[in-house]
Amino acid sequence: MINPLRPIGSAFLSFLETTGRLVMFTVDGLSHCVRPPFYGRQLLRQIIEIGFLTLPVVGLTAIFAGMVLALQSYTGFARFSAEGAIASVVALSITRELGPVLAGLMIAGRIGAAMAAEIGTMRVTEQVDALTTLSTNPMKYLVAPRLIAGTLMLPFVVFIADVIGIFGGYLVAVYKLGFNPSNYLQNTWEILTTLDIVSGLVKASAFGFITTLMGCYHGYHSGGGAQGVGKATTNAVVSASILILCVNYILTLFFFTKDVAG
Amino acid sequence: MSQDNAAKINLSGVRKTFAGGKKVVLDHVDLEIGKGESVVIIGGSGTGKSVTIKCMLGLLKPDSGSITIDGKDVNNMSASEREDINQQVGMLFQAAALFDSLPIWENVAFGLIARNQCSRHDARDIAVEKLKLVGLSPDVLDLSPSELSSGMQKRVGLARAIASNPEIIFFDEPTTGLDPIMADVINNLIVHVNQTIGATAVTITHDMKSARKIGDRIAMLYDGRIIWAGPTDAIDHSDNEYVDQFIHGRTEGPIKMVARR
Ligand SMILES: Nc1ncnc2c1ncn2[C@@H]1O[C@H](COP(=O)(O)OP(=O)(O)O)[C@@H](O)[C@H]1O
Ligand SMILES: [Mg+2]
Repeated sequence: MINPLRPIGSAFLSFLETTGRLVMFTVDGLSHCVRPPFYGRQLLRQIIEIGFLTLPVVGLTAIFAGMVLALQSYTGFARFSAEGAIASVVALSITRELGPVLAGLMIAGRIGAAMAAEIGTMRVTEQVDALTTLSTNPMKYLVAPRLIAGTLMLPFVVFIADVIGIFGGYLVAVYKLGFNPSNYLQNTWEILTTLDIVSGLVKASAFGFITTLMGCYHGYHSGGGAQGVGKATTNAVVSASILILCVNYILTLFFFTKDVAG
Repeated sequence: MSQDNAAKINLSGVRKTFAGGKKVVLDHVDLEIGKGESVVIIGGSGTGKSVTIKCMLGLLKPDSGSITIDGKDVNNMSASEREDINQQVGMLFQAAALFDSLPIWENVAFGLIARNQCSRHDARDIAVEKLKLVGLSPDVLDLSPSELSSGMQKRVGLARAIASNPEIIFFDEPTTGLDPIMADVINNLIVHVNQTIGATAVTITHDMKSARKIGDRIAMLYDGRIIWAGPTDAIDHSDNEYVDQFIHGRTEGPIKMVARR
């Protein structure tokens, strides 16, 4: 006879175990970010990987997001003859939400997966063990540079995405909907506040941390063989994406509660 | 506990299980390895030879039993103490475990650079010299590991393990996958490292020719225990039927090959 509570209990225990392991991993990883030695070459490689090689993908995402926003808000607002609001809608949505969230999700797919696959492969081919035997702490060598690069570079990537996204909206507004270019830019400029941009960049930083943490964590604890690495990669992308959306809500609440209440 | 000054590494009652204790790999391993000695561990595949070495390296933590290196209990030491011990250790992994993202020369010189033993520029020269010892020409310096055959990768792994002149070197199946001539080159190299540098060497192999050449002493691992250990010359008259079966590679005998591989 199988007690029906048993699977629930064991699922709960394994959830606690995973959470505990993740918390320890995070604390350990962060502590290596601030204690020497620092691996400058590794950091540089990750900065290039996250900060520059992702720009094409993120840029494409942003430009289409901006374009479609302009188009959709035009069809919506035209009914209330408020076409002028388009610039504001595009600028605010891009800087506050779509820039960081879309870039975050794209990076979770690109960088999170690549990190989990690379570290996972290193784990199953014993390269992680080899680091230890060569007096190199794998948390410091593999994990810390990725966490730092993710946290620092995503705001940069998102800033570029903001600019490109707003430019996408501008293209559609000016060339398709026939708006006056300087009015459009003026509207954009007037509606944006420092908080809009900064909140987006703070979100970006959080998403960069989440993505690299998930990539490293799942890679580091990857099971054996190609199958284990595949699973680690999937888990990294899925968990990073969900956490990004969840943390996005929390940060939005934190930054804009005042507006909502007022 | 008796403090034996001559012992470089001492394992006593080491037990290691996986899958929450369901899979017992090492049951009760006792083994003493003297300073400067070359010990070869033989045993069938899957008997836990690699696990034994990983326990000594601190990559795996035994469930119980103690492992000492230079008389210090390595299981219960702090991470920084363990790092100090690792400074004087070299390890050749079974599948080489070269770093894919680095060229060959950086692989070989990795430990030297990590331990600040020399500059990056000098490290490259040392890499050339160590690669020569394992029979590889400087042509491979800037290649990536994936461009080499597995036998060559193994030799690069060997060069990496000996690059910083460690006091203890672990070799996990150094000659597996090499042709007989290259295997002999590697055997000679291990003997050389052991004798001239005076390093303590622990080698895993199931190549008996290699074991005889390298080992001062041979220990056989079976069913989670060291069932026989003695000087290399003594292995032919061990009076142990497991050892006899293994060294002669017979199907008949007490060791049952149940559904392996
Ligand atoms: N990390 C691990 N998790 C679970 N089982 C393991 C692990 N490492 C080794 N084993 C198991 O331990 C046994 C011995 O492995 P190993 O030491 O690699 O054998 P060998 O003597 O061929 O080197 C094998 O059955 C292997 O499946
Ligand atoms: Mg093995």
